[in-house]
Amino acid sequence: MSEELELDELPAIHGAMAEFDTPEELVEACERAYSAGFRRMDAYAPMPVTGLAEAIGYKKNKVALCVLIGGIFGACGGFGLLEWITVVAYPHNVGGRPLNSWPAYIPITFECMVLIAGLTALFCMLAMNGLPQPYHPVFNVQEFERASIDKFFLCIESSDPQFSIGPTTEFLRDLGGKEVTLVPA
Amino acid sequence: MATLENLDNKELIDPGPDKILGTGHDYETVTDRIAGIVYLPWKKSPRKWLVGAFISFVFVNLLMLAMWVLFAKGIGVWGVNIPIGWGFAIVNFVWWIGIGHAGTLISAILFLLKQDWRTSINRFSEAMTLFAVACAGMFPVLHLGRPWLAYWLFPYPNSMWLWPQPRSPLEWDVFAVSTYGTISLVFWYCGLIPDFASMRDNAPHLWQRKIYGILGLGWRNSAIHWHRYQKAYLLLAGLATPLVLSVHTVVSFDFAISIIPGWHTTIFPPYFVAGAIYSGFAMVLTLIIPLRAWYNMRDLITLRHIDAAAKLMLGTGLIVAYGYAMEAFFSWYGGDKYESFMYWNRMTGPYGFSYALLITCNIALPQALWSRRVRHNIVLVWIISIIVNCGMWLERFVIVVTSLHRDFLPSSWGIYIPTKWDWATFTGTLGFFLFLIFLFVRLLPSISIFEVREVVHHDRYMERAYEEKL
Repeated sequence: MSEELELDELPAIHGAMAEFDTPEELVEACERAYSAGFRRMDAYAPMPVTGLAEAIGYKKNKVALCVLIGGIFGACGGFGLLEWITVVAYPHNVGGRPLNSWPAYIPITFECMVLIAGLTALFCMLAMNGLPQPYHPVFNVQEFERASIDKFFLCIESSDPQFSIGPTTEFLRDLGGKEVTLVPA
Repeated sequence: MATLENLDNKELIDPGPDKILGTGHDYETVTDRIAGIVYLPWKKSPRKWLVGAFISFVFVNLLMLAMWVLFAKGIGVWGVNIPIGWGFAIVNFVWWIGIGHAGTLISAILFLLKQDWRTSINRFSEAMTLFAVACAGMFPVLHLGRPWLAYWLFPYPNSMWLWPQPRSPLEWDVFAVSTYGTISLVFWYCGLIPDFASMRDNAPHLWQRKIYGILGLGWRNSAIHWHRYQKAYLLLAGLATPLVLSVHTVVSFDFAISIIPGWHTTIFPPYFVAGAIYSGFAMVLTLIIPLRAWYNMRDLITLRHIDAAAKLMLGTGLIVAYGYAMEAFFSWYGGDKYESFMYWNRMTGPYGFSYALLITCNIALPQALWSRRVRHNIVLVWIISIIVNCGMWLERFVIVVTSLHRDFLPSSWGIYIPTKWDWATFTGTLGFFLFLIFLFVRLLPSISIFEVREVVHHDRYMERAYEEKL
């Protein structure tokens, strides 16, 4: 992507992307971009990197809360189902024992809790990440396929209020980014 | 782009018992090495893979034949009859489900305990879990007599307004095994998503990129995504850990909650769980030792993995030995004459040979693993792992058959002799399991690529820290 183009000739821009060689360089660049005031950006690494999400200002996620709610829902649902079957829908007198024999329901209650909580963990994580997603602009960058192999990328998005093509690409170069490219939307 | 030249047949060297990764790897080489196995053209598959896949496929067909005969003629084709109503079907069910447990142990419990050596074998063991649960799940359904009514096991609104009995351990089993299968699949797929993305980006052919692209769901390695991903993975590991313990506990309740002498004991849950992990590690070693040789993965699955798995096998084997000892002790010390008769009969009765073999395979021979020389001799470890697999199968045979064949009244005593269809079903599921394993190593990354990248990163970090200290 060349910068000699006139602004009005440019296609819509998703952001500016810089490439790094190591995770440490990327984390440092993210921290500096964050302290320079950029907020709408994302970092890409072929593996989880400690402190990377925190460096771009993303500190907490709600996966654990969802899983907790899923687990409670599963446990209550499982226990309630058994209670309803044995007491209401199909009461069965076995040697005069109480219909509400709750200790016997614990194993199934536990399994239902794990089942619903586990499914919530996967599907919540995918939903919050917006996956499955068939198209995303970052894949327009030729080199970006190495983000899943051995390269590390920082993309400052054009929706950031501070974003402007010239200064932002210059800023990314100052951070030590090897290849700085514009990402077509 | 993956280069197949990286996979030429030069012998890769095992870095020894201290390292989980061979030297000279970087982020790219681990990707190419692991994904390269999948990209290898079918014509270039190792000959041993082709032979193995073919033989196991023959047994898949045997399984289908055995099922057809069973459905056509009924459960009488098996050797089961009163008093031994639970024959091979339940023996194999418990054996298979136990084998699955090491997979969850490796992927979940060792993850929570931060055991870094789990990294290169967790994907493979999770696949093993999944396929073993698939084999296990078949047996109770085939044993139903009318397998086409298997959905009656689940509570669903029906026109008869009948509901299953949730106070029965057999019903708990339905929930435990189906939950276990589902969560194992979720855990496995969750781990595969980033690797599918890697393969989407470096597969040599467009059609491969399309398939892995669909499976990868558009994963783009975003830091924010990784953040949620790690949390979800950690929680799944936290959920799978009590789940794996609960599943074999519930399986042991199938026995322990009855009043049959030999089954009705409180030691069953912990001793079943330990036995399950024991047999699972044996199966991991049985499979991974040949595969790492065939696919030249000695630098990714090293002596460190084999040594650690052998130690865990030894440890869980000792817990199982303690279980046997306590079972024998309490049948004598408890003073119940049916119980003590049962145990004496188990050791000296018509099935005494199976008990002797069980002690030999499960307790006596694996003690060789105390020696470091044995643990570092890969062929010996492989042989011991097969012996343990046989031993654990015998354990389930001893528990199921010897406890049932001498009923309370001598007039209802009997002998169980498995028929050819029993053997056909059992060996058929073995073939089915191995066939799925063969397909798995060929179609999916059998080692977690992104986790090995983390190992590369960690090794570099340690090297730098060491140099700075100098």
